[in-house]
Amino acid sequence: MIRAMIHAEWVKFRTVRGWVVAVVVAVVAIIGFALGPNGQGTCNGNSCAPTLGPGGEAVQDSFYFVHQPVTSDGAITVRVTSLTSTIPSFSGAGTRRVRVPWAKAGIILTASLRQGSAYAAMMITGGNGVRMQYDYTGDIAAPPIAARWLRLVRSGSTITGYESADGVRWVRVGSVVLPGLSSTAPGGLFVTSPQYSQTSLGVASINGSLSQSTATFDHVSLTGPSIGAGVAWTGTDVGAPGGPAAPPVTAYTDASGQFTVTGSGDIAPAVSGASGIGDTIAQTLLGLFVGLILLAVVAAMFMTAEYRRGLIRVTLAASPQRGRALAAKVVVIGAVTFAAGLAGVAVAVLFGRRALRAHGVYVWPVTSLTELRVIVGTAAALAVCSVIAVAIGTVLRRGAAAVATIITLIVLPYVLAVAIPVLPLGAADWLMRVTPAAAFAVEQTVIQYPQVSNVYAPAYGYFPLPPWAGFCVLCAWALGALALATILLHKRDA
Amino acid sequence: MRGAARLSQTVRAEWAKALTIRSTLALLLLLVVSTAGAGIASASAAHCGYAGCGQDPGRITLLGVEAGQAIAAIAGVLAIGNEYSTGMIHVTLAATPQRVRVLTAKAIVLGALVLPAAAVAVISAALAGQFILPGRGFTPAHGYPTLALTDGPMLRAVLGSVLYLTLVSLLSLGVTCIVRDAAAAMGVALGLLYLFPLLGPAFGPGWGWHVLQIAPMMGGLDIQVTLGVHALPLTPWQGLGVVALWASGALLLGDLALQLRDA
Repeated sequence: MIRAMIHAEWVKFRTVRGWVVAVVVAVVAIIGFALGPNGQGTCNGNSCAPTLGPGGEAVQDSFYFVHQPVTSDGAITVRVTSLTSTIPSFSGAGTRRVRVPWAKAGIILTASLRQGSAYAAMMITGGNGVRMQYDYTGDIAAPPIAARWLRLVRSGSTITGYESADGVRWVRVGSVVLPGLSSTAPGGLFVTSPQYSQTSLGVASINGSLSQSTATFDHVSLTGPSIGAGVAWTGTDVGAPGGPAAPPVTAYTDASGQFTVTGSGDIAPAVSGASGIGDTIAQTLLGLFVGLILLAVVAAMFMTAEYRRGLIRVTLAASPQRGRALAAKVVVIGAVTFAAGLAGVAVAVLFGRRALRAHGVYVWPVTSLTELRVIVGTAAALAVCSVIAVAIGTVLRRGAAAVATIITLIVLPYVLAVAIPVLPLGAADWLMRVTPAAAFAVEQTVIQYPQVSNVYAPAYGYFPLPPWAGFCVLCAWALGALALATILLHKRDA
Repeated sequence: MRGAARLSQTVRAEWAKALTIRSTLALLLLLVVSTAGAGIASASAAHCGYAGCGQDPGRITLLGVEAGQAIAAIAGVLAIGNEYSTGMIHVTLAATPQRVRVLTAKAIVLGALVLPAAAVAVISAALAGQFILPGRGFTPAHGYPTLALTDGPMLRAVLGSVLYLTLVSLLSLGVTCIVRDAAAAMGVALGLLYLFPLLGPAFGPGWGWHVLQIAPMMGGLDIQVTLGVHALPLTPWQGLGVVALWASGALLLGDLALQLRDA
């Protein structure tokens, strides 16, 4: 019985030429916008590819390093007496002092001076207390004891970090293993200072220029069997930062055991978005909402046309179980929009990425599984949105009202949160948590690192909910709308 | 000239039709509630923590217009879309064979209904914003002198937003004459408003800038900007002019479609 009804609804759908044309146009729009002049960059081949860390992940690795070789049983101890940060002033001449929460000054042991080497470090930060960080993604917050003293102890390939408020009582912060660390590895003082973020036009944004930090150290001591007195310190600007602004001055001075070190950059995972480079594969889906509006209009009309023409009486006479009539429509529209969405999104992502690369844009790599999730998740989101449109069409029985409702519910929150820099950050996050537009979190392929200054906002591809959780929000809306539609379909005369 | 209705008579007929449809008044009420409500919500969520925080009080208090324009668009679509769905359009055109007169009358009635509702909506949002924002850090100490609604930029923002909502309803009326189906017209009208900001980047940096210049919503709502006007793609009044061009273009094409085709 239900199979016959699904077949009947399918025949209704495919025999209205306008609807079939609209679905084809939706697919073409999704693909077309992906292959257009979407984005322009200056990358050639791999010229923009970020440095890779020991785990193969993209990292940023630039800092000023004052170092000596440290042997397998060595230790470094230091007291950080000050850390101050500046950014170029608004006028462009001179600098002004600011608080940079992730400015870092401390001690580091690294496998080599090459960018992307394995490392372990103890540091004082501009606004996040004492941290032990290792291999770019590792980050341990030290107990808050207002420490100024830091120590790294090496035992073979195990590095242990300590902090102390007075240089007498030491608190262990953490221990990490750096496999393959050679018997003497560079160790010493470092300072680095990331891009500065500030609020502008109501949303947080990145100032664009690197900040610069200066720290002073004293009580510097290196211990270990092969450390002799008088071994000279070497200053190295690891991965000297480039970029559009003039590179900050980095240097160190050693005045009888009192070190002043100035550095700029960051030792952290690389991020996309405001303070990072390149685009994610979600950039290929710009045309998605053209497709969504077309599919939603078709889906709403698929139901409201029945009311307009009085066909609903025939439909309900043929199948007096009204819930089944609705179910058949939902199955047909869900299947059609999922198939159309899948075709459009798959082509858009696979070929759109090539187009972006051809235009010199660095596209962040993703695993095949993530890519599959983006494609299938987005197609499923289109299908569920269309199901909501059928349900709202049943409730309102008017095409125009149903289309307006569906667009205000799904497209408007997305436009407000993602495309127009008006909303305060918190409000944008809430829109992407509670409205059906939360489902577009399935396009998220980037990881949010609390230890990296960046604007983690929907506008830069960072959604507040994990991908499938956002999708579940949309499904909850769909279930609510379907329940209301079923109840009203039973209670009202057609 | 007997037998041909005068414009005033057509206007009176359209006015009677509009007021006797229950949804008209409901829509106007919804326009006021959504515009003022969303504006109050965004003003309450905004926060200015320090001098030079760069936030625009005009855009924040009038943010509700972004939602209210959907209602204005529905009002514009239903003004003639309802007649296409019920077949009433045949009666209307039989009574007034001068089709341009029908469309003119509809536009006049629509404007006369949406303009006052938009005024109430926008002015109440702006007044509420003036009451809320000083408590959210928008103080003279942070560089926000208390702006009366009659002060230059704020007056422009309020007046412009009222005109914007009215123009959006006229644009939707024109689109519906072209499309002749209420649901499809709704999709086209809201797509024109909401899709441009999402699609701008698809045209690359050079063309993308021009796309933002001709986008009805982006250009039109620049009228709400009270800070940093020089950074806009167009001046605020030019931006509103873009919406006016869209609306008149849609009405002209709509008129042409009405003249040339069977209803």
